[in-house]
Amino acid sequence: MTLDAPARGLEPASADRSGSAGRGAARLARSLAAVAASVFATFLGLLAITFFIGRVVPIDPVIAVVGDRAPKDVYEATRIALGLDRPLVEQFARYCLAVLSGDLGTSISTGNRVVDDLRHVFPATLEMATIGIVIGVGLGVPMGVWAAARQGSWIDQVIRVAGLLGYAVPAFWLGLVGLAVFYARLKWVGGPGRLDIAYDGLIEPVTGLLLVDSLLAGETEIFANALWHLALPCSVLGFFSLAYIARMTRSFLLDQLSQEFVVTARVKGVPEWKVVWKHAFRPILIPLVTVIGLSYAGLLEGSVMIETIFSWPGIGNYLTTALLNADMNAVLGATLVIGAVFIGINKLSDILYRVLDPRAA
Amino acid sequence: MSDALLEVENLRVSFPSPRGERVEVVRGVSFRVGRERLGIVGESGSGKSITGRAILRLIRPPGRVTADRLAFRGRNLLDLSDTAMREVRGAGISMVMQDPKFSLNPVIRVGDQIAEALVTHERRPSREVRRRVIEMLQAVRIDDPERVARLYPHQLSGGMGQRVMIAMMLIARPDLLIADEPTSALDVSVQAQVLDIVDALVRDEGMGLIFISHDLDLVSSYCDRILVMHRGEIVEECAAGRLREARHPYTRGLLAAVPRLDDTREELPVLDRRAMGGT
Repeated sequence: MTLDAPARGLEPASADRSGSAGRGAARLARSLAAVAASVFATFLGLLAITFFIGRVVPIDPVIAVVGDRAPKDVYEATRIALGLDRPLVEQFARYCLAVLSGDLGTSISTGNRVVDDLRHVFPATLEMATIGIVIGVGLGVPMGVWAAARQGSWIDQVIRVAGLLGYAVPAFWLGLVGLAVFYARLKWVGGPGRLDIAYDGLIEPVTGLLLVDSLLAGETEIFANALWHLALPCSVLGFFSLAYIARMTRSFLLDQLSQEFVVTARVKGVPEWKVVWKHAFRPILIPLVTVIGLSYAGLLEGSVMIETIFSWPGIGNYLTTALLNADMNAVLGATLVIGAVFIGINKLSDILYRVLDPRAA
Repeated sequence: MSDALLEVENLRVSFPSPRGERVEVVRGVSFRVGRERLGIVGESGSGKSITGRAILRLIRPPGRVTADRLAFRGRNLLDLSDTAMREVRGAGISMVMQDPKFSLNPVIRVGDQIAEALVTHERRPSREVRRRVIEMLQAVRIDDPERVARLYPHQLSGGMGQRVMIAMMLIARPDLLIADEPTSALDVSVQAQVLDIVDALVRDEGMGLIFISHDLDLVSSYCDRILVMHRGEIVEECAAGRLREARHPYTRGLLAAVPRLDDTREELPVLDRRAMGGT
């Protein structure tokens, strides 16, 4: 660095900057390590909770295997085979190892390994939730900004009423009416399920996301069909997250627009759109990340109502069925995935804070 | 005074009260400013800050601004389109605000905030903009301008923040600077430094200055002429050196309440508001 400094003699600042970039990388590595450590600790806590739930619920895992008419010696033998006679700490350690090696047990209602089931149902939810949140953010944020920038105007009122509807209308009603109008009557969108029955099982799952897999296989027809089926449930989910995100964006932005630094920007002669989108919007990115992260996590948890109405083979549906059948392995497995998603999204927003907020570093 | 930069005649600003009727907070203020230093003093709520903001048309609805004349270099500001008004802001008239903790954007580097004030008015190559920003930071006596330009506002002290503010408001070379309580949020020890910087820059550039403050001593030592505002009206106008000869009971009351180093009074007098027929 000192060697090439004379070559850049005109701008001593640049040498300085590369130095600070090196320090920045070291700091980033350190904070990433800290994040990894806290993710690990949180995940361990999550495992402890699912393990504990598994022991507390009044469902005997031995009976689930041998049935309630098994003789006493068979029952005992199975109990020992399942390791249930061991101390609790040892059982927990075994459970953690099993989970880490990808073994969540077998589901009694589907007869498959829970991991395989989850590999199937989670992408279905992921696909729907992701498109839903993209709609919610893509429309909700601009709507919130627009409403705040014209506070009190008719456009503000329209956006606020739309937002209120998103809160007040139940998801199942909107889903059913949507199906009745856009699918049954107008035939603009696909019906329940991820694909028309004719296309079912034609695509070898790679990622489990139909839009991605169909493109990988070069099947544009299936891609179009999957999109057609996604349109309605994603719009409904999108509308609900849009309502929330637009409301929060509006109130965050109104708060910023009353700050003195916004007046400063106007005094400088900055055009109003830039005052809003640069000076007032940048600071709200920080709380907005939290709001968006939480709504996305909520969608990934699987909207049971929406998945039921649209016969969507997602994690919400899977979890509900498992619960109703007292299928503990499936319930715990799904809970674990949902918990992991929450941890992941929370940590991701923590990292984003550090990038977005110069005061956090 | 034919070379008036700013002519204000019968300026009125009103806001709706919760009960529905409008309350006038600036009630028919008239004055002119040339390339001189004009001080506006008054207690809080006297309408002095609102006057400053009304000149820049920063009063937003439901606030309402009217004036028989509000002209900057002969153009009536109240008739200008929003676009034309934006050209006046920053490049014609600019304003240093009270507290840099709140008046600087917390998530934008100060160098970029200063640069924006210039770039908004003049398209220039980024190298030159950078050079001007550094020059401007040097002009407000910041020792390490390259480093400071890369900082965020929360990394600056109050005095530094206010110097950044001054640099930002002067970089586009305005003709008139409104300084709205520019030192009230600062330590006494830094106040003089900041005011000296403003004073020197205003003199060098031959700008007009409107210095709004509640501090009579400060205003009389940094200004040529003083307006005293009280309850939305100008009650006294005099040359800074002749403030002691002021006649209006409000001004006399304010002057009497200023503590002096050689003070022997047991008790500082307070304003006798009844004598002014006020509240």
